Amino acid sequence: MIDLTVIWASIIGFAIIAYVVMDGFDLGIGILFPFFKVGKDRDTAMNSIAPVWDGNETWLVMGVGGLLAAFPLAYAIILPALYAPMIAMLLGLVFRGVAFEFRWRDPAHRELWDRAFTLGSFIATFAQGIALGALLQGITIEGRSYAGGWWEWLSPFSILTGFGLVVGYALLGACWLNWKTEGALQRQAVTYAGRLGISLLLMIGLISLATLTLEAQYYLRWLSYPGVLATAIVPIATIAVTFLFYRSLRQTKDAQPFFWALALFGLCLIGLGISIWPNVIPARVTIWEAAAPHRSQVFMLIGASIMVPIIVAYTAWSYWVFRGKVGHDGYH
Amino acid sequence: MIEQEWAIILARAQFAFTVSFHFLFPAFSIGLASFLAVLEGLWLKTGKGVYANLFRYWLKIFAVVFAMGVVSGIVMSYQFGTNWSVFSDKAGPVIGPLMAYEVLTAFFLEAGFLGVMLFGINKVGRKLHFVATLAVAIGTFISAFWILSVNSWMQTPVGYEIAANGQFMPGDSWWTIIFNPSFPYRLVHTLLAAYLTTAFAVGAVGAWHLLKDKSNPGARKMFSMAMWMAAIVAPLQVVAGDFHGINTLERQPAKVMAMEGHYQSHPDGAPLILFGIPNSKERTVDYAIEIPKASSLILKHDLNAPLAGLDTIPDADEPPVGIVFWAFRIMVGLGMAMVAIGMWSLLARARKQLYEWSWLHKAALVMGPSGFIAVLAGWVVTEVGRQPFTIYGVLRTVDSASPLDAPAVAFSLLAFVVVYFAVFGMGIWYLLRLMKKAPEAHESALDGAPIRSAGITPAPAVLEGASA
Ligand code: HDD
Ligand code: HEM
Ligand code: HEM
Repeated sequence: MIDLTVIWASIIGFAIIAYVVMDGFDLGIGILFPFFKVGKDRDTAMNSIAPVWDGNETWLVMGVGGLLAAFPLAYAIILPALYAPMIAMLLGLVFRGVAFEFRWRDPAHRELWDRAFTLGSFIATFAQGIALGALLQGITIEGRSYAGGWWEWLSPFSILTGFGLVVGYALLGACWLNWKTEGALQRQAVTYAGRLGISLLLMIGLISLATLTLEAQYYLRWLSYPGVLATAIVPIATIAVTFLFYRSLRQTKDAQPFFWALALFGLCLIGLGISIWPNVIPARVTIWEAAAPHRSQVFMLIGASIMVPIIVAYTAWSYWVFRGKVGHDGYH
Repeated sequence: MIEQEWAIILARAQFAFTVSFHFLFPAFSIGLASFLAVLEGLWLKTGKGVYANLFRYWLKIFAVVFAMGVVSGIVMSYQFGTNWSVFSDKAGPVIGPLMAYEVLTAFFLEAGFLGVMLFGINKVGRKLHFVATLAVAIGTFISAFWILSVNSWMQTPVGYEIAANGQFMPGDSWWTIIFNPSFPYRLVHTLLAAYLTTAFAVGAVGAWHLLKDKSNPGARKMFSMAMWMAAIVAPLQVVAGDFHGINTLERQPAKVMAMEGHYQSHPDGAPLILFGIPNSKERTVDYAIEIPKASSLILKHDLNAPLAGLDTIPDADEPPVGIVFWAFRIMVGLGMAMVAIGMWSLLARARKQLYEWSWLHKAALVMGPSGFIAVLAGWVVTEVGRQPFTIYGVLRTVDSASPLDAPAVAFSLLAFVVVYFAVFGMGIWYLLRLMKKAPEAHESALDGAPIRSAGITPAPAVLEGASA
């Protein structure tokens, strides 16, 4: 018998991965923005994402909308628990979203909107990282509601995951620019990618070790014998991918480093899966406890199985329309 | 307990503030997207430059409106969880799938084709570009469809069962839930509202430029198109609103009592109170100007039909009267004014004076923001009139809120107010600046941004074959 709850957990997982893969580099470019030269370089960096950012961000709406639909209990517990970081993320996204348009509308204040773009991207990323950390470290629940205070999310660990994600998205942004731009801007991006790669590896190491100390469940998952034989593959693969990443960067490949960086993210998400499966709120609530009733699952599954392939198809088409390097004179 | 009450009041204020700001943008973008599709279609068909120029003129405005709609909308999809978590837990199994359908069928469609619509004309060719514009327009429509279905279900909940854990569970037919009793009315009324909002905004811009230069072809065309919309859609809206109200009388009588200011029952024909000041302490409307029996005529199509008043409703189930009463009059008043403008424009057209009568232009200019105000007033009627319930008759607002501390909600509300006024205030100012510029014979793809028109949007290619 097919378990619809597992299927829905996979669909939400897919939405989260799609979000990180796609909006990650947008936000990363926002974070790196102040380091680019005012004028041509900034415009080019912005233009490389202008046609796609809105579609990318929609995966975030899909993730949260899917959570409400498929795991309403989880949605109802997680959002109040992460109240402050979520509000901060939303406000950050407001700033960075309007900056795309506003910076062109108001040359006199372009500097201001560029700053809003960076600040918004940074805050949104940092808040997402904090949210992840806060979920991993565990939240207080009573009955069907969140029962902690409004500062419970704040801890050294969640700050660490916040910065970890900032470094990670910045890496994706640098790799995207390496792929989509030329000349001085591309060289600058390569330099940043080199530095950010190592930083991210460090962050991953720190966060992984810290995670093991949070809950007995995580520790047992990763380190008890014989499971460790399987789980050890993840860190080993991480090192291997990092190596491949640097090789492709040295060989001055355009697209490859981006995909290796994504692979690093993929491994992190697999690691996350190993720690929390089959919970939807880590170490607290399982996917089955939070699942929506069967009828809701079936109804949505029909829509999702028809629509997701179509969405993927036209998203791919729109990326294809804007393929190639974006020069100062648009895409060629 | 006091603390808890404050938390709920603040949460309501926050929801009302964020959703009102949000809806200002969809009300405009639903209409503008269709308007742009019509303009591009006419351009493809006739090859006339004036359509291409108008298309590019309004596309710049659309881009700004849409960006603000997106970012304020994302906030909304989180608000249910952050501020109304108990409601989300309980209602999630029913409304969640509908909102998920909105994401799957509408948001992705809009967002996916927006890039091509804004930046892609020389990359995909005119026909495919038109398809992208259509996709965006259809996306805004589908979006309205689902979200209004959700909202309508909260107004007139049907087709559910209550599970042992307190959740609302879908019954055996989703059709019943989606097409709940108030949905068809609300969908029609709101879509017409969006078209009217856009028509009056476009009309005001046209009027402004006509007042300065009667010969500007772009201004003439947009004013004429807008006035056709006003003349046709405004009367339709009055009819749709009437049907909507009659349906509401059947399903949510307390709301209509508040709209009408009927504190007392009227066993033989209820008066229509045109104006007055509701006095909830004395339970009368002070200084009322009323037409005897007219309310019964409108709502029951019978002068002497009895109409129950709020005295038949338990106090604990009454909506606030004052706000609903006033908001309703603002909406209806503006609706009537819209009809008047539409008729006036027909008269001017018949006399071949549409571009000459400057009083008509001045009136249209003043009516520019009327759609936005009417739309907000309408939603206030709907939502405040549903109080004290979130799911009408079944789940109370006090039982819907998140277990949050009042200071947390107060801080976030303050943050929203500051950020929204700053950011959207600037955005609206940019919109007005774009509108202030007269449409030109060689409208640039994006003005004021030389870097970009030479950048990602290759203006020359757009301009080709498009001189007025
Ligand atoms: C009658 C129409 C209507 C109504 C009542 C609402 N919206 Fe909306 N919304 C739209 C019509 C719309 C739209 C026209 O379709 C927008 C404007 C810009 C856009 O992307 O779609 C939109 C945008 C928009 C977005 C951004 C989509 C994107 O990323 O592209 C979200 C998440 C929401 N809305 C969510 C909501 C929620 C949770 C609402 C309920 C409180 C709500 N909207 C009321
Ligand atoms: C888009 C235009 C809308 C506007 C301007 C609007 C306005 C309002 C207002 C003024 C309130 C406060 C009522 C009060 O507390 O007295 C409110 C509450 C609320 N509305 Fe709406 N609304 C809109 C659309 C929607 C939609 C589409 C939904 C559902 C999908 C919705 C769901 C709610 C909820 C959950 C509350 C909070 C609980 C409550 O106080 O009733 N609203 N809205
Ligand atoms: C004189 C004409 C009008 C009448 C009789 C009318 C009637 C109504 C009624 C009875 C409601 C409340 C429905 C409910 O609570 O369930 C409503 C809501 C609303 N009205 Fe109107 N209306 C009129 C004009 C307008 C105009 C001109 C606009 C905008 C341009 C508008 C926009 C809205 C909106 C957005 C809502 C809330 C959404 C909804 O419930 O449909 N209305 N209207």
